[in-house]
Amino acid sequence: MDDHGQKLSTQHLQAWFGAHLALKEVSIDIPGNRVTAIIGPSGCGKSTLIRCMNRMHETIPSARAAGAVLLDGRSIYQQDPVQLRRQVGMIFQKPNPFPTMSIIDNVTAGLRLNGLRDRRRLEEIAAQCLQKAALWEEVKDKLRYPGAGLSGGQQQRLCIARALAVNPEVLLMDEPCSALDPISTSKIEELIHELRAHYTIVLVTHNMQQAARASDQTAFMYMGRLVECGETRQVFTTPKAQQTEDYITGRFG
Amino acid sequence: MSADRILKWVTASFAMIVVVLLCGIGIMLLVKSWPAIHTFTWHFPLTRLWDPVQGAFGALPFIYGTVVSSLLALMMALPLGLGIAIFLVELCPDRLKGTIAFLVELLAAIPSVIYGLWGIFFLVPWLRETIEPWCIEHLGVVPLFEGPPYGIGMCAAGLVLAIMILPIIASISRDVLETVPNDQREAALALGATRWEMIRTAVLPYGRSGLFGACFLGLGRALGETMAVTMVIGNRPEISTSLFHPAATMASVVANEFTEATGELYLSALFGIGLVLLSITFLVNLGARWLVLSIGRLPQGT
Repeated sequence: MDDHGQKLSTQHLQAWFGAHLALKEVSIDIPGNRVTAIIGPSGCGKSTLIRCMNRMHETIPSARAAGAVLLDGRSIYQQDPVQLRRQVGMIFQKPNPFPTMSIIDNVTAGLRLNGLRDRRRLEEIAAQCLQKAALWEEVKDKLRYPGAGLSGGQQQRLCIARALAVNPEVLLMDEPCSALDPISTSKIEELIHELRAHYTIVLVTHNMQQAARASDQTAFMYMGRLVECGETRQVFTTPKAQQTEDYITGRFG
Repeated sequence: MSADRILKWVTASFAMIVVVLLCGIGIMLLVKSWPAIHTFTWHFPLTRLWDPVQGAFGALPFIYGTVVSSLLALMMALPLGLGIAIFLVELCPDRLKGTIAFLVELLAAIPSVIYGLWGIFFLVPWLRETIEPWCIEHLGVVPLFEGPPYGIGMCAAGLVLAIMILPIIASISRDVLETVPNDQREAALALGATRWEMIRTAVLPYGRSGLFGACFLGLGRALGETMAVTMVIGNRPEISTSLFHPAATMASVVANEFTEATGELYLSALFGIGLVLLSITFLVNLGARWLVLSIGRLPQGT
């Protein structure tokens, strides 16, 4: 943890779906090489917030955003979204490997999009990424098998390996464990802990224990607003806002 | 008997009619073509000569005509239809979607004979006076483009068929692409894919069996199409490498010659051609259904 400067930040970010305003003036700072958890009840805008950070939000017809998102101090809206998404990777709620591709082809899909054709190099990177994603031991003998044949938790780690292969700086994780069993969940949490040394991670979760276990900083969102953001320990022990306290003590949500 | 039981038996008997009809048509074809099968045996579909005056009946020119005109049509209609489907599903603004999809389906509603008329009075003269002379002059060394520009012929038939199977390929491909889950698109986009790369790496591979099915359904329609093809293909039972040469298909020869088929063997040979045509279209359609349905059986993430 050498770099705790602001890697990513939003300023007065607003996001709409059609006429519905899903994010209301959200300003948040995401420090580098740390895990920032975003918690809040369903529909509070936490997924929309991270989907703005790699400009996935605007791929939905009728969706738009206003305000600023800065990556290393530069506005992401002045960058090519295709290039941006190689710097800011994303893991989805439901594991979504490409079902027609083998395990290794899944991992190297992004690299092949970039035009890398050298088989040996591709295999090398795939092995590294599968190791980083803690999946190597389980799949090293069946790299040519379809990715869809893996269990849910393995598929999600495969998706993490796939995201790592394009060498991003930031990983956005949108409830990555919500479709997984507890054992797979704890594996992913361990993985998040390890990845933090090299990546900036934003973890959206509806599971407060997960936020408490896995993150350094926690943000609480409610009804499209950022209610509170601070060190995880502080947010869970001495929250500043009444709404945060009500939520983490289970009084609503 | 209770009303529900009556309903069940009445509707079941209606459903049985389909089975009886299907079997009946097959058996009728088999019985009627028996003299030809008995006379020519397995040489029938492999013989090149069709000369009713001499009593020589070989189905090969028609099988060739049907297969080549249909494949020609597929080669033209597939990229177009797939392009239309990709536009409609991935790129088209919502307010235009309905209109374009409707217009595409309207193409399917145009009666075959109208395509035939359009083919004879517009397409064929255009081919004869503009396209074919140019091709013959510049590409004439290639056997595909040699010979005099008749206008009517394999090329005209392929073009008319392509337009006729375009709606079915476009609309089934569209249905197939719509079954591709959004998380597959997002997976590709999140890796830094452009729209086209997303379509190529995530959407088309996911739907590939269904897209093959769309091809086969288009092919099935092209194989059996009769009226428009009969009007523009020239009806000459010859096998020529040139696309500009008149030809004939299985459907066109049956439609053209059944009224003048005087001898028993002549008529029986036409039934034999019908039997071959039915078998081919039946197999192609069966394969197509199987492929289209198989898209729902893809392994899913949990």
